[in-house]
Amino acid sequence: MALSVGCTSRPGKARDNKTGSWRVFKPEIDSDKCNKCGTCTMICPEVCIEESKEGYPEVDYDFCKECGMCAEECPKDAIEMKQEEK
Amino acid sequence: MLQIMEGSHAVAEAVRLSRPEVVSAYPITPQTHIVERLAEMVADGDLDAEYICVESEFSALSSCLGAACAGSRVYSATTSQGLAFMAEVVFNVAGMRQPVVMTIANRALGAPLNIWNDHQDSLFLRDSGWMQMYAEDAQESMDLHFLAYKAAENYDVLLPAMVCFDGFILTHTYEPVDIPTQEEVDSFLPAFKPYQRLDAKDPISFGMYATPDYYQEFRYEIHAAMIKAKKVLREVGQEFSETFGRDYSELVEGYRLDDADVAIVAIGSICGTIKDAVDEMREAGRKVGLLKIRSFRPFPYEEVRTALSGVSKVAVLEKNISIGSRMLGAVGLEVKDAVGKQGADVYSYVGGLGGRDIRKRDIQKLADWAEQGRNDCFFGLREELL
Repeated sequence: MALSVGCTSRPGKARDNKTGSWRVFKPEIDSDKCNKCGTCTMICPEVCIEESKEGYPEVDYDFCKECGMCAEECPKDAIEMKQEEK
Repeated sequence: MLQIMEGSHAVAEAVRLSRPEVVSAYPITPQTHIVERLAEMVADGDLDAEYICVESEFSALSSCLGAACAGSRVYSATTSQGLAFMAEVVFNVAGMRQPVVMTIANRALGAPLNIWNDHQDSLFLRDSGWMQMYAEDAQESMDLHFLAYKAAENYDVLLPAMVCFDGFILTHTYEPVDIPTQEEVDSFLPAFKPYQRLDAKDPISFGMYATPDYYQEFRYEIHAAMIKAKKVLREVGQEFSETFGRDYSELVEGYRLDDADVAIVAIGSICGTIKDAVDEMREAGRKVGLLKIRSFRPFPYEEVRTALSGVSKVAVLEKNISIGSRMLGAVGLEVKDAVGKQGADVYSYVGGLGGRDIRKRDIQKLADWAEQGRNDCFFGLREELL
């Protein structure tokens, strides 16, 4: 993406603005432990965890900001916050 | 047309001839006479502009920024504490790449409160992304405004410009000034064509949020534009010289420097006094010259290096102090960098702060000190008070 002169932007969807880039840790889901309860999907403040076709949670890392709530609230300890590799 | 007029009124004339559409400023000593005169011009119908009376300098530059984003050529003026109060907006104007031109009537910063001249106010904003030019006399104070608008509005630059001239020494002093006609200025400085602007039919937002992924690249782009501004300033200076006959084709000006052993380097009105001091020292058989730096941002490193290539000692006269710096002043730091390790010895001497007089004998002393290799010195310091 080319930079605009004067840091200008045109009207559009907020979805175009990826906000997950400054994350240090990211949640990783262990599907062996996950019981598909959907707690993480409901509790994610960025609404960036969705259910896959198989019913497992999937994280959209373009928008996850490592708040860690999903890992904290998971009743099966199936989510681990792991350091981001950059 | 040659007229004897106050420096501030010469600047107001330059602004009128540049045809800004919006003028927004808050009066503050010693800048007041400029904006008073502009207010009169607008009230009398001599300047077709919107004059916005604001409650503070912060608002003055903010309204200029908004008007510039809307596609207007704009103008403001301030000094010292007013400029410090504007500082947040100063950075935003550069970041949004708006070619605002603002006059700085240089004045000391408080505390202690002081209304007299030094260069601390504009130099503390050297890293903001604004071009900074320093005038020696009323004529140059006028001419630099035309150059500032023309360079700032160039699409390769799109950066704001400060035209700095010394408070009281230039603002309140009467000198003969050659005022160009409106037709001459119009031919040099055509109507403003904004690169992009606020338009309800084609919406755009300026100065948006940038994450760590993008911010650094935006700052780099501003830096790259400032580097390009050197070439543009030389070009518009050359064009100005051809149109008006006064030479601004270089960003520095040497005076009796060709065979000099010692060079005094300075910015602003003190260069006039230094020229007289150089003449006296030359009559006494000393090979001393002056290098006047007209543009501090962009800084003309190559021209300074070339101009000082033949001298062995350089005395930089600083009307500012970079507190805690080994070189003492902002100008000396740049000159030392320009000269390089293999060049002349560069010494930084601080004086004239808060309006303290600088006399010809002081300048002679600086040449002596440079020859003796004395460094990190204040001159004119009243040591009995310490």
